Amino acid sequence: MEGLKKSLLVSLWFMFLTLPIVGVFVNTIDDVVIWRLERVLYVGICTFFLSFLWRFMISKKEAGAKRDEETGEEQISAFGKILANPSFYYPLLAGVLVFALLFPQIFSMYQVNIMISALIYVVLGLGLNIVVGLAGLLDLGYVAFYAVGAYSYALMNLYWGVNFWVALPIGALLGALCGIILGFPVLRLRGDYLAIVTLGFGEIIRLILENWGDFTHGPSGIANIPRPDFFGLFTGLSNSIHFMYYLMIVLVIFTIFIVNRLKNSRIGRAWQALREDEIACQAMGIDKVKTKLMAFSIGATWAGLVGVVFAAKTSFINPASFTFLESAIILSIVVLGGMGSILGVILGALVLMLLPEYLRAFSEYRMLVFGATMVLVMVFRPQGLVRDVRKKIDIAAVRKALGGANE
Amino acid sequence: MDYFWELFFSGLTRGSIYALIALGYTMVYGIIELINFAHGEIYMIGAFVGLTVAGVLTSFGFPAMSIMVLASMAAIVYAAAYGYTLEKIAYRPLRSAPRLSPLISAIGMSIFLQNYVMLAQTSDFISFPSLTPEFAFLDKYSSTIGTSDFLIIVVAAIMMVALTLFIKFTRMGKAMRATAQNRKMAMLVGVNVDQVISVTFIVGSSLAAVGGVLIASHIGQINFFIGFIAGIKAFTAAVLGGIGSVPGAMLGGLILGWTESFCTGYVSSDYEDVFAFALLVIILIFRPSGLLGKAPIQKV
Repeated sequence: MEGLKKSLLVSLWFMFLTLPIVGVFVNTIDDVVIWRLERVLYVGICTFFLSFLWRFMISKKEAGAKRDEETGEEQISAFGKILANPSFYYPLLAGVLVFALLFPQIFSMYQVNIMISALIYVVLGLGLNIVVGLAGLLDLGYVAFYAVGAYSYALMNLYWGVNFWVALPIGALLGALCGIILGFPVLRLRGDYLAIVTLGFGEIIRLILENWGDFTHGPSGIANIPRPDFFGLFTGLSNSIHFMYYLMIVLVIFTIFIVNRLKNSRIGRAWQALREDEIACQAMGIDKVKTKLMAFSIGATWAGLVGVVFAAKTSFINPASFTFLESAIILSIVVLGGMGSILGVILGALVLMLLPEYLRAFSEYRMLVFGATMVLVMVFRPQGLVRDVRKKIDIAAVRKALGGANE
Repeated sequence: MDYFWELFFSGLTRGSIYALIALGYTMVYGIIELINFAHGEIYMIGAFVGLTVAGVLTSFGFPAMSIMVLASMAAIVYAAAYGYTLEKIAYRPLRSAPRLSPLISAIGMSIFLQNYVMLAQTSDFISFPSLTPEFAFLDKYSSTIGTSDFLIIVVAAIMMVALTLFIKFTRMGKAMRATAQNRKMAMLVGVNVDQVISVTFIVGSSLAAVGGVLIASHIGQINFFIGFIAGIKAFTAAVLGGIGSVPGAMLGGLILGWTESFCTGYVSSDYEDVFAFALLVIILIFRPSGLLGKAPIQKV
């Protein structure tokens, strides 16, 4: 009964909130006011039922938090257990790989195209994961490096006829260079200041691309960027798309390999340590500036690299592809997937990129759903889809294995 | 010289609006250390509510002056309600979460609100009626300052003075300052922190709504996307002045307004937004805590 009353109040409150925005439309050209009060009623009915669900989820979450506190252990999901077991893990991996290789043979070109975009976001997510997930530097202007990569190929091709394979390393290098140039002055800023400066930097890059009309063709963008070929092979639209797909698969595997290696390397550990406690890190003799700069420029390298691929894939780029929203989406891939976790970022990218494509039927509402999903996941699962599992060393077990030799 | 004054006043107008929105950012940041990314959307919603109410009242044949007042009041009420609800849904459940979570939630909310308004009110630019009353004594200065500029500057100044007094002298203002300094301590001495946070959102949102209605009536058109760029600019202003500092937000807003106005007037109009961000980067490099901000104390 108590719940019923609460839900009624919630639905009344939301009807009040949506009244002037949803319920009334003022057509200022013909000076007519259109009343659409029935829509407000729908909102009320929906929120009435949703509020039950909301309260149920909140109470479940609180119970879960209490249980964690009592047992003092993090709950590992069934999914996590399967992955930890090598006899399941390797066949699963092989299955995914076979599916990925056969994908263009099974599905239509449209699907392949979508998959290429999703894979581009996988690489972007993994790149940003280095900066945000591992090093804990909040970068809201990541898309700027992506733009640098895309425009470096487009412009070099336009003015000097440089081909894809030459542009690929140059784009990556320019991305890294921009990372260093931006990183150098701003890395002494803390979290949120860093966020806003990187956001500003991203916007500056976009605005320059938009306004420097003589050089970048401004808002109308650059068209006819050639797709890559491989020593004259794979020409023609269909072949070249298949080729791009396999190229992306190779690039994704390469990225996963490198990022995984980096994560457990000396520098990767330094990043994670820096994320946890800067001062302790400095006391341990880690060069703060060098380490952060490294994270920034390595993250930017991937963006530059995949920017070149993006330009080649769409064969047309303009500044509108590199807005803040894009940065926000890449960031949410990292956070929703699970910060620091490679698998999480890959899943996050695939879910966030493929879901809207397959929800085409609701195309109008997809960004609405997207925004709501971001909020809901954060509220009910703040650690993301896949929690980054840290390696723990059980000292007692180690001592036992050593036969108590150290005691 | 006339040109200089024209730019000066147009900068002051812009700056006042930036300052009004920046206050919301800075107050929220001061209390819960969160960049409320959806604050720009609250400003946009304020403008839309103003438009709806103005449209409805016009169709009922109300006099112009009362429409201005009633539309602003409605915008304030609604923006406050939205701000309150926003905090309750997207931020309150995340109080103890890692720092990035509320930020992502805020970005999600911002995308949600934009699309919600876009679906309900179309994505076109909608013309906004000019609600500004005429001031006869301004006629001889009409080349340098318009009536609506004058109104914006005066209203913004009044709002800012009122806010300063509110924070300085009321009980709630004191509680807000205490919470901003140390949330745990404030809780221990009996401040209702949840209530303080709600009030902060309500006050910040109301200020943004006033800015929204004023600027919409000044420019004459709105659409669902206006909150985004205004929000970023206002946040820039807040950082410029030193985030968390109320006088800092006002100063930052004015400096940003003048920078934009003079740079577009004397240098080039193409790079309007670039100047704002370049200024931000420069200030942060030389004074990382902003102009009036205090350097944070490192806690070990």
